[in-house]
Amino acid sequence: MRPSKAFLVGIHLAAVLMAVVVLAPFAWLLISSISPPRELLAADPHWWPDAPTLERYRAIFASSDGSGTDVAANFRQAMVNSFVVATLTTLISLVVGVLGGYAFARLRFRMRRTTLFAFLAVYMLPPIALVIPLYLGLAALGLLDTKTGLVVTYCSIVTPFCLWTMSNYYLSLPPDLEDAARVDGCSRVGALVRVILPLSRPGVLTTGMFGFLLAWDEFLFSLIFTSTTNAKTIPVAIAEFTGKYSSDFGLIAAGGVLATLPPLVLALVFQRYIAGGLTSGAVKG
Amino acid sequence: MSLLQLVRRRHAGPRPVRRSSGEGWFALLLLLPAALIVFGVVLYPVARTLVVSLYDVTSSMPGNYPFVGLDNYTRVFADSGFYSALGHTMYFTLLSTSLELVLGIAVALLLNTPLRARWLWRSIVVLPWALPTIVNGSMWRWIYNGQYGALNGLLDTLGISDSSTQWLGSPFLALNMVIAADVWKNTSIVVFFILAGLQTIPHELYEAARIDGAGRWQTFWQITLRLLAPAIAVVLILRTIEAFKVFDIVYVMTGGGPASGTQTVAFYTYLQAFSNQVFGYGAALAYLIVLAVFVLAMGYLKLLRQGQMAGVE
Repeated sequence: MRPSKAFLVGIHLAAVLMAVVVLAPFAWLLISSISPPRELLAADPHWWPDAPTLERYRAIFASSDGSGTDVAANFRQAMVNSFVVATLTTLISLVVGVLGGYAFARLRFRMRRTTLFAFLAVYMLPPIALVIPLYLGLAALGLLDTKTGLVVTYCSIVTPFCLWTMSNYYLSLPPDLEDAARVDGCSRVGALVRVILPLSRPGVLTTGMFGFLLAWDEFLFSLIFTSTTNAKTIPVAIAEFTGKYSSDFGLIAAGGVLATLPPLVLALVFQRYIAGGLTSGAVKG
Repeated sequence: MSLLQLVRRRHAGPRPVRRSSGEGWFALLLLLPAALIVFGVVLYPVARTLVVSLYDVTSSMPGNYPFVGLDNYTRVFADSGFYSALGHTMYFTLLSTSLELVLGIAVALLLNTPLRARWLWRSIVVLPWALPTIVNGSMWRWIYNGQYGALNGLLDTLGISDSSTQWLGSPFLALNMVIAADVWKNTSIVVFFILAGLQTIPHELYEAARIDGAGRWQTFWQITLRLLAPAIAVVLILRTIEAFKVFDIVYVMTGGGPASGTQTVAFYTYLQAFSNQVFGYGAALAYLIVLAVFVLAMGYLKLLRQGQMAGVE
């Protein structure tokens, strides 16, 4: 049955409407970031600035490292912090998740379900329940306001997530392949490294992307544990200046645009895995 | 994304694994690093918060605080501030989750139709999800701004209204506007879960329904929605739990105001612990949130297992 012409026109109109609703706030964020303050605070909205300026981006990238009073320099430092923390967190969690997930998917052992639930419970734990004693603990270890302290904390949230997704990914792979490898004389470790891991690339990449986004987005721990540009992450820097200079939105917008770029690029690059790769198993099975 | 895989597992199905003597040790070896990283960090705080919740701790300094047993917990239930925060949380959770689900299903159905350049529309849908929560909150706060905000500007430009509404200026309106911002962002991920669920529905079912003379509406209710149930259940779990923990967006958009109108339970707990420094009371509140989240999670897991699609068999 071929869809009718009216139906086709209808769905395309609906898609355009959806695109407008999604894109308009993004566009406004971008436009605000290049509008001079005078136009941002004009009585009539300037939907496109008369005198667009990249001054704020220049300030963020080029201003010298100040004593913590220069908002633009702080944004840059916070971006670097976020990047370091999220990358390290993702790498560590991914390695232990790739190993542990295999145990949950393919091995029989006592308390398997209980162990998995224990990890999942940690993932569901509201951060607010941990933040006070963690704060005191990090203070005792001298890890407050350090990137190390944040990485240690974030790994404890991102790891259960990686375990869970990797375990589910392994389960979607046909066990016959592994059995064949073992019949051919491969050890368990050999089968994992030579057969399963190469096959799991999409799973590992997608899990890594989600892990990175989780760490990049985290707010409460960073808010409480960091106080200077030494470790402050970009969400905290943005939240801080949103509260302080609520009428000078241009700079916050520029910081927001930059903070959005890494997760945006990741999401777009891995999109085929989100929608396509992860569902292909269902068709096969 | 585990949820997509959950849905898929219904098809892959758990397979029997042969038991061999070394498997227990191998599993221990593989899981040890993860266990150290996770429980090494979390166990002490979890226990410590429980202990603190039994004492009347009123500063972050170590000291001798009186043991009060379950007093902090009973105080919670006599605290009107808690009840209003609970009300906001329930309202937030119900409204945002159901809106996200309805909109998510609608958009997923749309993306599943023979659209031209489908990749383009999908890429657009993924965008709000990638936007960091704090940037989202900050952006909407600016859009809602009464004097310079784009929302009032838009209403003015379109000739709908030229008043300068303070969208975040009154308690109930502000709560709804925060929900709108949350829905705008989080519908995105719901779409992808539902879309994955849609793609597992065999095409033959629709053929059969058509041959049996089922209408479009009937097909939607009887086939699409029914077979989407597992995916929907999974979305409900995650979104409900997330909504129950909501903190970031409230912090950046309204700071809990105006007149405490947007304080959620998590935010209220934060205020008690860090603004009022009543750590014992804050810890008790935190534990009640943990309890609520776990009850929700368990209920949902049970629901999932009944549908034979839990992540563990």
